[in-house]
Amino acid sequence: MATFKTEVRSGVYYDSAKLMSLQRSLAGLPGILDAGVVMGTDSNKELLSHIGLDTPEVRATKPDDLAIVVKAENEKAALEALAQVEGLLAARKGGSDQEYQPRSIESAADMLPDAEWVIVSVAGRYATAVTREALRLRKHVHLFSDNVSVENEIELKKEARELGLLVMGPDCGTAMVDGFGLAFANKIRKGPIGIVAAAGTGLQQVATRIHQLNSGITFGIGTGGRDLKAEVGAITFLMALDVLARDDDTKVIVLTSKPPSPKVAEEVLKVARKAGKPVVVNFIARPITTTRDGNLFFATGLDDAARLAVELANNPPTLSGDGDLPIKKFTPKQKYLRGLFSGGTLAYEAQHILYGYIPRVLANSPINKEFQLPDAFVSQENCIVDLGEDEFTQGRLHPMMDNELRIRRLYEEARDPEVAVILLDVVIGYGSHPDPASEIAPAIAKCIADAKKDGRHLEVVCVACGTDEDPQNLNNQIAQLKAAGALVDTSNEVICRYVGRILRALAERDEPKAKAIGKPVDLEKLKKPLAAINVGLESFSANLKDQGAPYVQVDWKPPAGGNEKLMNILQKMKSPRK
Amino acid sequence: MVDIEKANALAVEKFMEARPVATTLVKALDIVPGMHENMLLHAGPPTTYETMSGPVRGAMIGALLFEGKAKNPEDADKLLRSGKIEFSPCHEHMCTGPMAGVISPSMLVYVIENQTHGIKCYSNLNEGRGKVLRMGAYSEDVLQKLRWMEAVLGPTIKDALEAMGGIDIRALLAKALHSGDDGHNRLDTASIIWTTQLAPYIAKTAKNTDTAFEVIKFLGENALSILNPVMAGCKTMTAAGHNIEGSTIVTIMARNGTDWGIKVSGLGDQWFTAPSPIVNALYFPGFSEKDACPDIGDSVITETAGIGGFAMATAPALVTFVGGVPRDAINTTMDMYEITEGEHKQFTIPLLDFRGTPTGVDIRKVVEKQITPRVNTGVAHKDPGVGQVGAGVVSAPMKCFEDALIAFADKYGYN
Repeated sequence: MATFKTEVRSGVYYDSAKLMSLQRSLAGLPGILDAGVVMGTDSNKELLSHIGLDTPEVRATKPDDLAIVVKAENEKAALEALAQVEGLLAARKGGSDQEYQPRSIESAADMLPDAEWVIVSVAGRYATAVTREALRLRKHVHLFSDNVSVENEIELKKEARELGLLVMGPDCGTAMVDGFGLAFANKIRKGPIGIVAAAGTGLQQVATRIHQLNSGITFGIGTGGRDLKAEVGAITFLMALDVLARDDDTKVIVLTSKPPSPKVAEEVLKVARKAGKPVVVNFIARPITTTRDGNLFFATGLDDAARLAVELANNPPTLSGDGDLPIKKFTPKQKYLRGLFSGGTLAYEAQHILYGYIPRVLANSPINKEFQLPDAFVSQENCIVDLGEDEFTQGRLHPMMDNELRIRRLYEEARDPEVAVILLDVVIGYGSHPDPASEIAPAIAKCIADAKKDGRHLEVVCVACGTDEDPQNLNNQIAQLKAAGALVDTSNEVICRYVGRILRALAERDEPKAKAIGKPVDLEKLKKPLAAINVGLESFSANLKDQGAPYVQVDWKPPAGGNEKLMNILQKMKSPRK
Repeated sequence: MVDIEKANALAVEKFMEARPVATTLVKALDIVPGMHENMLLHAGPPTTYETMSGPVRGAMIGALLFEGKAKNPEDADKLLRSGKIEFSPCHEHMCTGPMAGVISPSMLVYVIENQTHGIKCYSNLNEGRGKVLRMGAYSEDVLQKLRWMEAVLGPTIKDALEAMGGIDIRALLAKALHSGDDGHNRLDTASIIWTTQLAPYIAKTAKNTDTAFEVIKFLGENALSILNPVMAGCKTMTAAGHNIEGSTIVTIMARNGTDWGIKVSGLGDQWFTAPSPIVNALYFPGFSEKDACPDIGDSVITETAGIGGFAMATAPALVTFVGGVPRDAINTTMDMYEITEGEHKQFTIPLLDFRGTPTGVDIRKVVEKQITPRVNTGVAHKDPGVGQVGAGVVSAPMKCFEDALIAFADKYGYN
């Protein structure tokens, strides 16, 4: 038994084409057998009665009444269909074509709903408000304008981060998305490399070199030159890095920047290490201490970065994580390194290398005065002690000849429940102790065993410096040390980098889990074909037109004609878009 | 803090839900709130004898002659100056009057009833084009026509309207907007529909066939027959959205040939005024901009309600008034979307894929974007007694909206 439902709207008028289209839409809904949508004129009512759709309500309508009647399998289907009438009647928000230049981003967004980007190049004093409006409408912003204060930059970027939107800029000359260039940009072929740049021409140089080397890019995301400054703290840079890390089409990431704040640069690298893919780094003026650290590849310049990226994209390297490190074996309290050196230069190099992994290593002979170990005889935190320094050798032999003091210190450190790693050098050759390992190895073995009894894993690592032709015989020394349970290598650098990775992993283990800030950028939306709204320089619209990207140019004027008082009131009255 | 967005949405919803129906005609003195024997209503914001524009003064002179309160124009003018006659804006009495907008106590007024909200508004009978009272003319032929309208035209329409149970102004306008009318300056289609709906009942209820013939002919030949009921109908819509706490939507726009004035929903009864601009117009032969009275009339209530200049895209024929091309008509409407709260549910524009007309002017958007409402309008001669000299388009003065915004900020604490 079919159910009839009727809705009557009085005093409305729709042209018959609109009504026929509504009728067709209703009839196509699930569970609807037939539908009639007519104005209540006599002839229309007669028509409905012929097809069996006349209800008492329909019969009572007047010519100015809109009658909607549905015949459905059941009441539920009928009610659901009628509930959709409003939506089906609503018109699309189209202009008849693109000849109209809207006066606001909001109207532009209505005209081009697919636009995910707003390019802003209005005068700096208006750029903040325009950017905020774009964010309110949930658009990514390429902020070309300069003369935006760093305070405003920070506010905008924080706001954007909460919304999962990128603010590329201010003073961001270039960006490349989906094979299209925004503002100043080069025509770069699509390819496997993604670039994040706090450097406009840096981005252009890297991207063009990549293109010349027959490769290409996924995204070139400019962040504005101040993004890696301490105040801004790489807000956009980190968001962009996250985008590229998640993007499957990006096989290699390039990070480049004008001289960054050292602290912020390290923060960025820390995140980059977790990208799960090769990351080429070229931060101008940041000293390079290694060419590779895990998945990070350090380039000597912009061109080198491009070359490296292309090479890595063509020949993907094997990326092993930190799985080889004994981190899980340590107790939660264990976190420190104690380096007990007999060789001064080896001790200096150890400090130098370790600074590439952790920010603070104390020493009795520090490279940097602020890391002075207050008392050479008492270890604190992470520290490197050179036992060949004067304070230790007064009235006794140099530790290369006499192991006694070092072994005593070794026991001391090994008892410290906060110590995780002990680093020793064993330097042999003419003039040195005739068999240092014969004294040091048993001590190492005892330290490890004692720690084990205490429920701790003690990682002892040794650099052995010598040859197989030395009187003490290098191989013999290594064998003894290894037998005692130490990890041994003949390269101080290799050993120190190993220690560095352990210390970094321990530091990260102990860091409070960083709460995810803001919302991740919606990658799917970002990868949709580019469409943009341009506010400001019309030539940027012309660029988009030349490249065949849909765009809307906004006919923008300063709000309230630039009247500060009125602008201020309007700003206060603004509320987030529904 | 008030929720402006919510208040505005409510105000505009009320505009759109309002359903004005023309039900009858009644003598102004008997129905217009606050009307008395010695009162003359006029268009726009308040005016005084000293500041009064030529057309308003001319129309008032004509009205006093019509009322029999003066024997000649000089006496009438003296009476106006004497202070014995109270001048009051139509809008303060739920009325609207085109151009000079003068309504006197014994004139018949249409009763337009917003059946959704139970609001009644009033407007007088339209005199047609040419030399007419509303343009400030008061010669004997003008007065003759007024007398005929009171004696024959008005009562005949009244009987017909009552016999047919009223005419739905909103439905009629929606149709007219699909047939080339803007609902303000171009009402050719609407007036034909109006006449077509009235005609059978006039034929039935008129005193005799001569009267029926005369009245139907007059209605049919006057492309503005329906202007006055449309204006009162629009007022019933915007009045429904007035006095909503926290709303920045404009509920009245009106001008008196001297000043432009607006009222805002959330700002009560305060007028915000600025000098009325000169209309960008096409002039009748023999006239030029030098002869033009600054913008005048309550008819801009149509734009306030979301039609008129705002619906220009659906009435491209009107662009000839400004020597433009149809594209200009579309762009005018597109500009109005920038300053309005909503899109009308009942009034739609086929050319824009049946998008609703821009509805509910938001003073915030006007000031921010520096775009004021665009109005399609007629132009009166600046001197009393002459009449219409042209028609064209005009933009409202920005100052009204800026002053209103500042007042809003003061009242609601946005400073």
